[in-house]
Amino acid sequence: MRYSALSILLNGLRGNRNWAPAWRQPDPKPHYDVIIVGGGGHGLATAYYLAKEFGITNVAVLEKNYIGSGNVGRNTTIIRSNYLLPGNNPFYELSMKLWEGLEQDFNFNAMVSQRGVLNLFHSDAQRDAYTRRGNAMRLHGVDAELLYRAAVRKMLPFLDFDNARFPIQGGLLQRRGGTVRHDAVAWGYARGADSRGVDIIQNCEVTGIRRENGRVIGVETSRGFIGCAKLALAAAGNSSQVAEMAGLRLPIESHVLQAFVSEGLKPFIDGVVTFGAGHFYVSQSDKGGLVFGGDIDGYNSYAQRGNLATVEHVAEAGKAMIPALSRVRVLRSWGGIMDMSMDGSPIIDRTPIDNLYLNAGWCYGGFKATPASGFCFAHLLARGAPQKTAAAFRLDRFERGFLIDEKGQGAQPNLH
Amino acid sequence: MSSYRLPKRGLVDRNVPLSFTFDGRPMQGLEGDTLASALLANGRMLVGRSFKYHRPRGILTAGAAEPNALVTVGRGGRAEPNTRATMQELYEGLEARSQNRWPSLAFDIGALNGLLSPFLGAGFYYKTFMWPAPLWEKLYEPVIRRAAGLGKASYEADPDAYEKSWAHCDLLVIGAGPTGLAAALTAGRAGARVILVDEGSLPGGSLLSDTATIDGKAAADFARDTSDELRSMPNVQVLVRTTAFGWYDGNVFGAVERVQKHVREPASHLPVERLWRIVAGKALLATGAEERPLVFGGNDRPGVMMAGAMRAYLNRYGVAPGRTPAIFTTNDTGYTLAQELEAAGVDVVAIVDSRPAAGVDYRGKARLVREAVVCGTKGGKAISAIEVHHGGRTETIAVDALAMAGGFDPIIHLACHRGGKPVWSAEKAAFLAPGSLKGLEVAGGAAATTGLAACLGEGAARAEAIVRELGLPCPPVAVVKVESEEGIRSPAPLWSIPGIKDKAFVDFQNDVHLKDIGLAVREGYSHVELAKRYTTSGMATDQGKLSNVNAIGLIAKARGVSPAEVGTTTFRPFYTPVSFGALTGAHTGHHFQPVRKSPLHDWAKKHGAVFVETGLWYRSSWFPRSGERTWRESVEREVLNVRKNAGLCDVSMLGKIEITGSDAAEFLNRVYCNAFLKLPVGKARYGLMLREDGFIYDDGTTSRLEENRFFMTTTTAYAAGVMNHLEFCAQVLWPQLDVRLASITDQWAQMAIAGPKARMILQKIVDEDISDAAFPFLAAKEVSLFGGALHGCLFRISFSGELAYELAVPAGYGESIADALLEAGKDHGIMPYGVETLSVLRIEKGHVTHNEINGTIVPADLGFGKMVSAGKPDFVGKAMLQREGLTAPDRPQLVGVVPLDPQQSFRSGSHILAKGAAATLENDEGYVTSSAYSPHVGSTIALALVRNGRNRHGEEVLVWSGLHGESTPARLCNPVFFDPQNERLHV
Repeated sequence: MRYSALSILLNGLRGNRNWAPAWRQPDPKPHYDVIIVGGGGHGLATAYYLAKEFGITNVAVLEKNYIGSGNVGRNTTIIRSNYLLPGNNPFYELSMKLWEGLEQDFNFNAMVSQRGVLNLFHSDAQRDAYTRRGNAMRLHGVDAELLYRAAVRKMLPFLDFDNARFPIQGGLLQRRGGTVRHDAVAWGYARGADSRGVDIIQNCEVTGIRRENGRVIGVETSRGFIGCAKLALAAAGNSSQVAEMAGLRLPIESHVLQAFVSEGLKPFIDGVVTFGAGHFYVSQSDKGGLVFGGDIDGYNSYAQRGNLATVEHVAEAGKAMIPALSRVRVLRSWGGIMDMSMDGSPIIDRTPIDNLYLNAGWCYGGFKATPASGFCFAHLLARGAPQKTAAAFRLDRFERGFLIDEKGQGAQPNLH
Repeated sequence: MSSYRLPKRGLVDRNVPLSFTFDGRPMQGLEGDTLASALLANGRMLVGRSFKYHRPRGILTAGAAEPNALVTVGRGGRAEPNTRATMQELYEGLEARSQNRWPSLAFDIGALNGLLSPFLGAGFYYKTFMWPAPLWEKLYEPVIRRAAGLGKASYEADPDAYEKSWAHCDLLVIGAGPTGLAAALTAGRAGARVILVDEGSLPGGSLLSDTATIDGKAAADFARDTSDELRSMPNVQVLVRTTAFGWYDGNVFGAVERVQKHVREPASHLPVERLWRIVAGKALLATGAEERPLVFGGNDRPGVMMAGAMRAYLNRYGVAPGRTPAIFTTNDTGYTLAQELEAAGVDVVAIVDSRPAAGVDYRGKARLVREAVVCGTKGGKAISAIEVHHGGRTETIAVDALAMAGGFDPIIHLACHRGGKPVWSAEKAAFLAPGSLKGLEVAGGAAATTGLAACLGEGAARAEAIVRELGLPCPPVAVVKVESEEGIRSPAPLWSIPGIKDKAFVDFQNDVHLKDIGLAVREGYSHVELAKRYTTSGMATDQGKLSNVNAIGLIAKARGVSPAEVGTTTFRPFYTPVSFGALTGAHTGHHFQPVRKSPLHDWAKKHGAVFVETGLWYRSSWFPRSGERTWRESVEREVLNVRKNAGLCDVSMLGKIEITGSDAAEFLNRVYCNAFLKLPVGKARYGLMLREDGFIYDDGTTSRLEENRFFMTTTTAYAAGVMNHLEFCAQVLWPQLDVRLASITDQWAQMAIAGPKARMILQKIVDEDISDAAFPFLAAKEVSLFGGALHGCLFRISFSGELAYELAVPAGYGESIADALLEAGKDHGIMPYGVETLSVLRIEKGHVTHNEINGTIVPADLGFGKMVSAGKPDFVGKAMLQREGLTAPDRPQLVGVVPLDPQQSFRSGSHILAKGAAATLENDEGYVTSSAYSPHVGSTIALALVRNGRNRHGEEVLVWSGLHGESTPARLCNPVFFDPQNERLHV
């Protein structure tokens, strides 16, 4: 059923009784061409593009919980393509371009909203780093503007310009950055994939990976064995655990990242702003809540919850940037598990095990990458070769020394 | 006194009237009122508007779960949107304003949305607003954003203070109702360290609105006497107005105390809110239960109220909810309310009971309608009638208020904050806390225990067991005698009601109604979490306190399964919303982070330094002199003076680490990539420290002051990181080495004295001979000053490329020594200089900082390949440095860059393009890491990391900053612009 203003009108007049399910609830078939483990944003996007762009529709997405129950529904909804390194920059710009046409493409309003992303800087060194970054963006045709203090003040007069511990000097602005209604991304991809024949199977946990002569031939699940020609892992924070079922040890640590939402407010802040003198980023949802976050808690964890010290740290940075937040009340906090890689960049690659493919290591930047991640993973699965913008995301780059380290923090995942 | 205030009833103080305003209209309440009770006493039914359909809304509850009566309290920097009128204590002069309505609360244009509701069902916005695409940001979204949101936050800064505290206890009791009071009393009398917290202004919880007697005392008096006794105990702390909002790992509880939210002008010596981090040996959750609303048509009309709330307004605040109320109940509590209303002189029109028979013997005047439901209400901005469905027909009964009693849901939020899932109990018809929680127990109403006597007994018994676990003797619990009339409280749930025509709300604030839940299930969003996200049920400011269980029941019914199978959504902090202010405490404005000041800070200030934030430090940037108009002029003077005469620069903020022990040399030999084992005593050496992955981590000089004592310096930014790294190496990698580490950054004031006249100036205060022969380049020794008056450490090292020394003296002597050096050098032209000059001097010399050591650079990239020891058996980073990617020929390498036209300049962060190449990412050759105007070269000079740069000296390139529209022809060159033979170091 195609969604449109007309379909809303007609269904509304008929008492909204005839809306079809957005996706089926199929039982698993015995065998698929491709099984994708993980019904999150990346897994569902992969299925969608496999079906739509590469004509591979005998595909199942296996999700142990409900679709979108992982990080696609836990992030702070920010999209941007303000990356520095050549291994990253074209990939994230591809993602931005896919975001820009996504809703019309999958006929679901995910509220892709390009209200801008502004990264503040507070020192000469940060200014120079953002100059370097902004120029790298410009070299690839990505929009970037360097604003100085007066321009930032004009744009966001309520930031702390007068009593700040670390005075704001300016910011790097990407106007095409913004936010997306995160859950809707999962739903839109799911609906689009389902309508093209992909089986989305919820409450189906993968418990083992079956191999024959070293090659993967299928998965054991809570709903029995399901065979496949290719097995594609897109399990985010649980990647290490799933890969271990095939005896594969990944260069990934799992860390908890918290996110927050305030009570609903009338329009308070328009775009996304990130603090440069502490870890804090904030935007306002269309519903009115301020959606914000900070740094990971810093210890390894599979528990989707964080601790109070980080909550305080985030709030402190928030009020340091916007003093008027003081009386705004925080409604809810939650946690997601981040697949932190050794250089802060992702992996989209084959593995040393035949028929096993890996999409992981998104650190806490996976949401913005969803469309390109799905597209490039689908490309790899369908064509057997990496899509050109994802060619650097190799699994063996750590061993070979071709790191993509935006922050220069090295092999210390909790610092990325 | 207003007409709804009842004589003599309640805990309000009739001798203290309080004036307040609502939407500008003056009103009066009493000391002890909440804003909600005062509004009701004034006959004010309409208090707010709902989120989506802008329906008129009144006061639904008397507590924390209130979804409807949200108002903005206060003004300016103290304005607080979305304040629950039910939790806001009244004070003289309180100003409250309604929200989310235009032009007025009574006449709200937004209510037209209600007419369009067939087209505005759950998730309608996911299906439209997609064409044409650009209109989303330009039209649809701005309209939606303006319509959405609740209250308006102020942009003004908050004038008030906040603070944070830690507390530790044996037993934390959360909730000072009957269960909590009994528990705290038992544990307190046994001598345990107890903290009792309650969100209300008075301890007592439900006792404050109960007409029962305990040991012959009125329930409220019992609560007062018990809390008085608790407060008299030195081992007990009672915190009222304090909400425990979260349970965290390590049995840490977050709580926020509203210290001064109930006063007009907060006293400046106290915080308005205080964040408590309570580390509890054990916690007892005694939070009671939330009454469950009933889902019938028009259940949101002002005048419809939870039955328990009606009891609270009646008994605690002495406010009649109306003159002709009715009660819709599924259990016996409705009859208790009816009797209390009648005792207060309010006649109940009807009791509509969904059951065939009640468990109590009701002898009041109200008409009893059994096996009946309220299926609808009538009225405009307040309820005027109910529609009662019974025996297959619908009857209309005129009322001006309606109580709904749908059963009780234990308040188990905190018990579920650490991953445990609630468990559905068919017997109790409610979700209970997960079993066997470590560190937290649940008792009383929160454990679905019903009856006052049972709660008091359970609270005492649980506390007794906990106290015994702690090993404290516990005197026997005194049995209390309770007199109250109570019947069945946990009936079968009533999820769906026949005969509904109007919208029947599940989530009041977010306007999620019955049909939305059905639609979500139909469209495949039937998992409880998907239904929540699709319909927004449970996502309002009350986080589903009233709506979640009904939504689960309705989903279960639609799917034909038990609520157990549907399960709950995840309970997460915060139990009720917490302000940024409280979470921030005193870390605000200039106190966001601590300030680190060098021992020479005041000295620099005295000499007119301009300071710059560098991490937590303030560093002196430059020292302007009169007549200088720009910082560039000052810096040029300082640079030229260092090269001609001498300068003094504060370098105290460099990290300093003392390394001692018989294996100290071996330790250094392993943490640096270059050799340190044979460094002679009395010598300094430049060291490069790699990460395990082979990239450079930090650099600095380390001096051997004694055989087994080294003095290491790090960069300012990485001081703490290097210390951590060294500790990791010492404790984890090589615990067998005899080595000790001490951070001594703050113990020493350190100053660089640089320039051709540095020695003659320094010699005036240093007792030892520091001639080139006696104290050559890289000498490092303890020296005596002023004829033995003081000792310091002197290092002949140079960042500036000049004859230079760094002198470290005990921090407290820093200022006087710096002044003495200025005095000694007065005739030699010495001047203080700052980090800007330091930066120009080091760029002229091609010395690197973390601008160049950017975390992705190996020694060979900087031309330090030969420093990497080939002979050492191992050092941190050795293995990984061999990787293909770290030895590739086209790696970035350090070069110098100068503009072809000396009049032109370029900036750091510009990229390097080959001459004639298009500006594309593929043609990116590298970037400018540091740049400055060099008075010696007479133009801008820069350092850059350029692909294969060492082999490209002399090549013409383009320095490109698209961000600034700049494109400057330049030439790559040797990165050392000044004294390439280092002759000036060795004079």
